Amino acid sequence: MLHHILLQTPIPRDLPLPLPLPHSVLVVLLVVSFLLHILFVNLMVGGSILTLWSQIKGLRKPEYDTLAHEIAETITVNKSLAVVLGVAPLLSINTLYTVYFYSANALTGIFWIAIIPLVTVAFLLTYAHKYSWKVLGSNKALHISIMGLAVLIFLFIPLIFLVNINLMLFPEKWNTITGFAEALTLPNVFPRYLHFLLASLGTTGLFICWYFGRKTYHFEEHFQELTRYEIRKKAYSLTFGASAAQFLIGPVVLLTLPTKGMSWHLLLTIGTGAVVAIPALYLIWKEITGKPESLGKNFWKITALLLTTVTFMGSGRHLYRAVALEPHQKLMAAKTANFQKEVKKATEEALLNPPKQTSVADAGEAVFQSKCSACHAAEVKVVGPPIKEMVAIYKGNPKGLHDWILKPGKKRPDYPQMPALGLSEQEIQDVAKFILKQ
Amino acid sequence: MDFPIFHLDFMGDRLLIAIIAVLHVLINHGLAVGFIPLVTWIEYIGFNKGGQNTVTHTEWDTLAHRLMTVAFIITTTIGAMTGVGIWLSSSLVNPASIGSLIRVFYGAWFVEWLVFVTEVVLILIYYLSWKKSLVSVEAKAKHIRLGTALSIFSWITMSIIVSILGFMMDSGSWAENKTFVAGFSNPIYLPQLAFRTPLAALMAGALALLLARIFTSKNSEIRIESGRKIALWMLVAVPFTLIGATVYYLRIPHLMIGNLPVAIGTMEFQSWYDLLVKFIIGAISTVIIIAGLVYFRPNLKIPSAFYVLPVLGMLAFAGIFERIREFIRKPYVIGNYMYSNTLRKDDYPLYKRDGLLAHATYSPVKEVTPENRLIAGEQVFLLACSRCHTTHGINSVVEKFEDMYSLKPNESLNKDLMKNYISHIENARYFMPPFPGNEAELEALVAYIQHLQSTGLPPEPLETSLNSK
Ligand code: HEC
Ligand code: HEC
Repeated sequence: MLHHILLQTPIPRDLPLPLPLPHSVLVVLLVVSFLLHILFVNLMVGGSILTLWSQIKGLRKPEYDTLAHEIAETITVNKSLAVVLGVAPLLSINTLYTVYFYSANALTGIFWIAIIPLVTVAFLLTYAHKYSWKVLGSNKALHISIMGLAVLIFLFIPLIFLVNINLMLFPEKWNTITGFAEALTLPNVFPRYLHFLLASLGTTGLFICWYFGRKTYHFEEHFQELTRYEIRKKAYSLTFGASAAQFLIGPVVLLTLPTKGMSWHLLLTIGTGAVVAIPALYLIWKEITGKPESLGKNFWKITALLLTTVTFMGSGRHLYRAVALEPHQKLMAAKTANFQKEVKKATEEALLNPPKQTSVADAGEAVFQSKCSACHAAEVKVVGPPIKEMVAIYKGNPKGLHDWILKPGKKRPDYPQMPALGLSEQEIQDVAKFILKQ
Repeated sequence: MDFPIFHLDFMGDRLLIAIIAVLHVLINHGLAVGFIPLVTWIEYIGFNKGGQNTVTHTEWDTLAHRLMTVAFIITTTIGAMTGVGIWLSSSLVNPASIGSLIRVFYGAWFVEWLVFVTEVVLILIYYLSWKKSLVSVEAKAKHIRLGTALSIFSWITMSIIVSILGFMMDSGSWAENKTFVAGFSNPIYLPQLAFRTPLAALMAGALALLLARIFTSKNSEIRIESGRKIALWMLVAVPFTLIGATVYYLRIPHLMIGNLPVAIGTMEFQSWYDLLVKFIIGAISTVIIIAGLVYFRPNLKIPSAFYVLPVLGMLAFAGIFERIREFIRKPYVIGNYMYSNTLRKDDYPLYKRDGLLAHATYSPVKEVTPENRLIAGEQVFLLACSRCHTTHGINSVVEKFEDMYSLKPNESLNKDLMKNYISHIENARYFMPPFPGNEAELEALVAYIQHLQSTGLPPEPLETSLNSK
């Protein structure tokens, strides 16, 4: 019996409130706002990894330390935008997939909430790192460790989100999964994580290429040996390498996805995205192997192509989710509707046959039953003193009893305080009369 | 009912949300909403004091910049993350309630988000462009305008959120007509806003007074002058805070006022209530006295340690007010719609008819039998009581019963008294929702609580208890 229930896919009920906007509008908002959010998350994670790498390299070649400092400056901005831009997709996924998302959150509970202190610490570490560059100039080991710790945290947080987003696709596991570690072992988690890391590096490469290529950036004020060309070429190469690697990891991600969400539509979308990336890679290749002067000529073309790829991938991600959850959503909708019908029936029945309180003839006794009997009995102490004792105190003093009920207080040292109960004047008089009659 | 249950059985789920939320409010009010206009004002004073050929008065500008550094670092780390944390913790503890709120307030939250994005972008520009603003008078003037815009946006962010908070306390006419406007314009909205705005200014003043003291050197003119300006700011905020607090207090549903002593302390501390009231008055008075002295007696030598007092006073004052706000919405999490055990009021008749467990998606038992009674009782506890009580931790249900019946050590809980109490629980204590289950589930819950009291342990899992039969 127990096993039977545990092995069943739980079918919860949805909240019986309508969606605030048409479904399709919410989907567009979700996909677009998520892409915006993940873009800055990529820059935050990628930026901190590159800062660390560059600073370590800076131990030998001091100018890389300067480069690290310049990249670190951008993290402050990107990380703030990553957080605030995360609110809209969070809202939207909460609205569209209420039951799915929250169930996954609850199942990974402690790790889910650990996001808050962990990210806070990581952010504080990035500030500590940025503002202690001079102070810790002579203690590079410590200074680099600060960033190292921040990077470790930044690498871990996406895993928590990923596990949640993945677990919400598997209602059939919700009865048996008992925590983050177990949810981590679901297929697809690690390939997707790698996919994300590569995207972070690729995006950051492109960002750095832009950042150091700006006309308003006075490169020579910061660097003497390193050249603009050198840094931008390195950044481009990073994007190239990371994106090329996606052609290996991408199929793995696709193949490890459970078949339940597969559709031709999905394959077409993902495939188109991948195809669009090919000319982008070709253009990058041409730029890094071409003449220094022409580096960056096709930058915006490349960016536009890769953005298109990312948009297709993001939409594919949503398509998979929609198809994978559709059968379960149907079952849930039916259950919700049925439940609402039952609620209505039960409410009507309850109205027709009210509980038999009418057996109590006296109005005062009825008040006593519902409002006082939790704490008072006839002969013995319960929470407060018995009726016997009340009568002894207030015999011939109905006003005193009335006043106590209206505004009770604390009298006996070994009893708790009696709370005010908010009875109407009529109820107080009835119940007082009832008590004094005993 | 429809979500796996997340339960922290030592600290209690309420405390998790409370810690995150109070921290967030303190930072939001004290270092953003109230603080940024104050910083901008100080920057402006410096700008006005600037001589013929200078952009600004350097000392004043440096002070403003340093104050802003503190605000910037804390709001963009702890402030921002506790804001997200309110979402994440609510989605763990009360998924049904936060989910419902989002469906009602999606529009408001979306607008809130747009304002918030603007606020963050402005704060980044405002802080990170400070150095550049020193190049010319025009740049400085523009920078000050930026600070003003930022102040306005952070106030708007707060004023939207306050509506949602008000809604949770008293949903007004929303429960009947379920429209967004009815929800947004709930009866507690304006009183709360009237209170929070000057409160934020006052908290910011207390913090700035302390920080300015730290950032200026002894006997310098700017220490005295800036202290006076900030003290003036606080003295102006005080009467508005008091008026706002009164208006707000008058709007709190009448019955809840009787429970304020429980809201502030816990029940054991009820006798401390008077003391606490005195403490609040003391805190406000300290703020007034210190600010008054700094303003009217600029040459009096006040030891630095005293500057900490208004900050502590304001923190305690605001913390207590948040605790009250959180408490007076009980027994509801959304006024008149959803109880704080996250069950909808309208669904109660069905639970009474069929039992709670029959509809509990994740309960391993759907019906109480003699064999599964303790397990069933545990599930009933998780569904009906665990949002506010733990088994043996903070606000332990066992201890609550023991204390209420004034039991002596080793005395056992009485089954019939407990049954009777729980079936009238909403009448005995207004802040608790009515018991949602049927008679058998009530028995099971009581048996479970008795089991907890006598063994101190959770019941054995069903499989083993079945096998041993
Ligand atoms: C939550 C539990 C609780 C409820 C409900 C409750 N009481 Fe009490 N009552 C107490 C306690 C505890 C005391 C003892 C207080 C003390 O002496 O400090 C008490 C004391 C009393 C006394 C004695 C007062 C005296 O002067 O010594 C009376 C009379 C009384 N209650 C009447 C009522 C009536 C009538 C109701 C219902 C309308 C009621 N109580 C509901 C807990 C309760
Ligand atoms: C809305 C949250 C909430 C829920 C749900 C709730 N309680 Fe309580 N309960 C409280 C609070 C708050 C107190 C007062 C605790 C304090 O501060 O001492 C309390 C106190 C109690 C007390 C002591 C009352 C007295 O007068 O001394 C008992 C007994 C109790 N709860 C039992 C239960 C049981 C059993 C359930 C589940 C059926 C339950 N509660 C559900 C919030 C709740």
